[in-house]
Amino acid sequence: MDFPFLTVITFTPIVAAVILLLLPSDKKTLLKTIALIATAICLALSIVVFVTYDQQAGATDPARQFQFQEQVPWVPSLGISYHVGADGINLPMILLTGIVAFGGVMISWGIEDRTREFFTFFMLLVAGVFGVFVSLDLFLLLFFYELSIFPMYILIATWGSTRKEYAAMKLTLYLLIGSIVALVGVLAIYFSATTPDGQRSFDLLVLRASNIPIEVARFWFLPIFLGFGVLAGIWPFHSWSPDGHVAAPTAVSMIHAGVLMKLGAYAALRTGVEVLPQAAREWLPFVILLVAVNVVYGASIAMVQRDFKYVIGFSSVSHMGLVTMGFATLNQTGLNGAVMQMFSHGVMTALFFSVVGLVYDRAHTRDIPSLGGMVKVLPVAAIAFIVGGLVSMGMPGLSGFVAELQVFMGVWEGNVVAVWYPWVAIISALGIILTAAYVMRVTGLVFFGKFDEHKWHDMRPANVLDKTALVMFCATMIVVGVLPTLMMNMIQAGTTPFIARLLGG
Amino acid sequence: MDLSQLNTGLLAVLPEILLLALGFVVIGADLVIGANHKRALGGFTTLGMLVVLIVIGVQSAPLVAGAQAQPALGNMVVGDLTTQLFRGMFVIAGALTCLISMDFKSLKQAGEYYGLVTFAVLGMCLMAAASDIIMLYVALETTSISLYLLAGYLRGVPLSSEAGMKYFLFGAFTSTILLYGLSLLYGFTGQTEYGALVDALRSQVASLGPDSVLPTVVVVILILVGFGFKVAAVPFHMWTPDVYEGAPTPITAFISVASKAAGFAVLLRVFLTVFAPLQDQWVTLISILAVLTMTLGNLLAIPQRNIKRLLAYSSIAQAGYVLIGVASVTSGANAVFGPASALFYLGVYMLTNIAAFVVVVVVTNETGTENLYEMAGLSKRSFWLALGMMLAMLSLGGVPPLAGFFAKFYVFQAAVGSGLVWLAIVGVLNAILGLYYYLIVIRVIFVDPSQGELTAVRMPLTLRTGLFVTTAGILILGVLVTPWYNLVTQAAMTLVGGS
Repeated sequence: MDFPFLTVITFTPIVAAVILLLLPSDKKTLLKTIALIATAICLALSIVVFVTYDQQAGATDPARQFQFQEQVPWVPSLGISYHVGADGINLPMILLTGIVAFGGVMISWGIEDRTREFFTFFMLLVAGVFGVFVSLDLFLLLFFYELSIFPMYILIATWGSTRKEYAAMKLTLYLLIGSIVALVGVLAIYFSATTPDGQRSFDLLVLRASNIPIEVARFWFLPIFLGFGVLAGIWPFHSWSPDGHVAAPTAVSMIHAGVLMKLGAYAALRTGVEVLPQAAREWLPFVILLVAVNVVYGASIAMVQRDFKYVIGFSSVSHMGLVTMGFATLNQTGLNGAVMQMFSHGVMTALFFSVVGLVYDRAHTRDIPSLGGMVKVLPVAAIAFIVGGLVSMGMPGLSGFVAELQVFMGVWEGNVVAVWYPWVAIISALGIILTAAYVMRVTGLVFFGKFDEHKWHDMRPANVLDKTALVMFCATMIVVGVLPTLMMNMIQAGTTPFIARLLGG
Repeated sequence: MDLSQLNTGLLAVLPEILLLALGFVVIGADLVIGANHKRALGGFTTLGMLVVLIVIGVQSAPLVAGAQAQPALGNMVVGDLTTQLFRGMFVIAGALTCLISMDFKSLKQAGEYYGLVTFAVLGMCLMAAASDIIMLYVALETTSISLYLLAGYLRGVPLSSEAGMKYFLFGAFTSTILLYGLSLLYGFTGQTEYGALVDALRSQVASLGPDSVLPTVVVVILILVGFGFKVAAVPFHMWTPDVYEGAPTPITAFISVASKAAGFAVLLRVFLTVFAPLQDQWVTLISILAVLTMTLGNLLAIPQRNIKRLLAYSSIAQAGYVLIGVASVTSGANAVFGPASALFYLGVYMLTNIAAFVVVVVVTNETGTENLYEMAGLSKRSFWLALGMMLAMLSLGGVPPLAGFFAKFYVFQAAVGSGLVWLAIVGVLNAILGLYYYLIVIRVIFVDPSQGELTAVRMPLTLRTGLFVTTAGILILGVLVTPWYNLVTQAAMTLVGGS
């Protein structure tokens, strides 16, 4: 048997969490180092998996679409197994998680309050996220999905700020309601599916090859898609997201907006669209109307925020709208764009939140009008923020451009699906203009303008670890923007069989 | 009855005979042991229960291998796999209760206490084994009377006496109603044995048609009142908060898991076998009961400030989830899911709730208060204790990778599989509602700043063992689902096979 890459990636953080629990809580540097090593291993292995995936075979050979597969029966009589695998759609997500988790540990180096507990829960969160991305069994997927929601509660409620207990509870309940509604949907699909071998199964590969009555699919598609979509911040179920992002400690905001929201989009894509293609074709043209609101509404609200972190929080709502919009185009261009956007936005927003965290740690305020001239103390952070801002506006040469252009092209192409698609594209383009506006506003007010020497005379510059994380994020976005084929070939390999199934099945 | 029949009959109730002997030994020893050494009786009872557990295990081996159990002792009891699983649960719960009582401050000098726990376990085992309504009633009363005494055991504490009295009054009342139902059942059919009852009921329903089942439905309702009291289902739950609050904490744990499971043991067997011909009628009844029980339990748990009252309402809600499993009856391949999920849930719930109560015992020992908010800062006083409470709360809330997740999942799966999608949806929404207050407990322990100074919490070995065993069980059952799953599935086969 080959080396079980995906299992090792998923379980390394869990092992690290157990080790952390067993160590004395006062050896803080040791604890942090263990967390850093664990995430470094995950990142390294994600890169290995990403590079060694056979894209050619993945795109053309149905049997090789999912590689690095491992399958161990779990509850055989219910058709539940530990089944993991990777294709061109989840590999970018696994890589993204590796990058953000690694960066998150570096940014959290300053956590001094109950360090051991913080990193233990953080590791559990990371493990849950990896678990969802690699799962090819819907039970396993839900298992990891809920596993990743709970640590958020503790992390936000304990180490957060700004109405942290309210935000933590709101976030947890919203996400759990979504996931648990999706769970009932998955059960309904499970019982009504006629599988090829007659045995009930939660396996994704079995279910998508099964015959599911169209009435059942039609009824349960929306609960499943929107249930997971809550985590992707689909309007009007997004309101947990800005509150949660703002209240969370920096590293958790990074994981949250950077990776966790993609978890929702990814699970909606895998369980909703992949298993129920016909229902998806019928419903998604209506879903796109919701997410058009996301794009414009998120950006407009971001425009008027006074709190630095809320700007980023609402910008995530807006950008995640583009991801779901890409799904709803029902064509390959749009889907490519959506997956690319998931990756690009993940890195970008992780960068944003780390910069916000750096500023907040020093200034102890996030009130935009009272900040100013931060470029003097935090030059690297300022540059990184500008790079991130350009990505978010969709500037050519950066990853955001590759993503957003394709999403919009996809929507435009989508006029064969429904007549309102071009209008959606036009209206959502407004969101991009608004994005440019709020990014420039915030950059100007926070990083430039007058620096209050008196108030902030003892501000310390960013340390090496912070800078390393920021440089890593920027480099990723620039490399992917300049050489988009690095990422696009992989995504293409994933979406080709996916779209064939969606339009054919 | 010849000698060989008597032999098999006595073998069928061997665990009960051993428990009886154990109880008498404990009570006898209590008379001669000095007041300062009574704690040893707790240890002795725990070990005795473990021996009984081993006997139950040995007895179950042929059943797991596929042997069919026959009714014994003049069709009074049946020792099938369901019985054995329940016996196992009761004995484990009893052993853990004795273990955690040993270092509970108010019970330092208790001797006959352990004898009473043993007799309660004995009654529960007979409840699970009963296959005759007379046996059922006698077993139920044996259990209840021991529990009334245990709930009011702390004579010097007014709350405890009140709990004992309240428990007794409610119990006597509902048990009368149950007895009335049982006598009507006998009146309609002329039978007392389950197998004969089901035949009689079936032929009645067949000959008189579905419109004339109303009198029998009245019987079902009367019997449900008695069982509903045992499982603390709404609207027969009124005694729960006060009794849970007043009873000595280990007994609260015991009542909340073992007594409830015993209620479900008889509920499952009677409804799935005896009342199988009236399925359509009682499924609606139980579904309504499940909805009420979950919703009211969860809603009323939210404002509680006393941790024992909170757990009381939570345990009401938990009974509601089990009721979903009971209501999920159907035919065909999915038939086994309903009772199997209920059994699965009960096992998980038993470990989880005891874990939670162990923490309460430690905290009340240390601080003397049962106020939830006095537990603030517990994670800084004893991280492992706080972790134990967190695992218990999360498992009750159904969060993976803990056992509660699969238990809930399985119950909802059974509901969807039997066509009760609406019930599954009410269930999942309730799960969220429940998680709300479980998260509040976790928040208090981990996040809220503590009021007083942070002294480390002392945990005696007994409590430490109790907490370790239960939390390890929650974690292991959450990931290695299959062994327990296979057992309950096989047991459920015998239950639904009879209908």
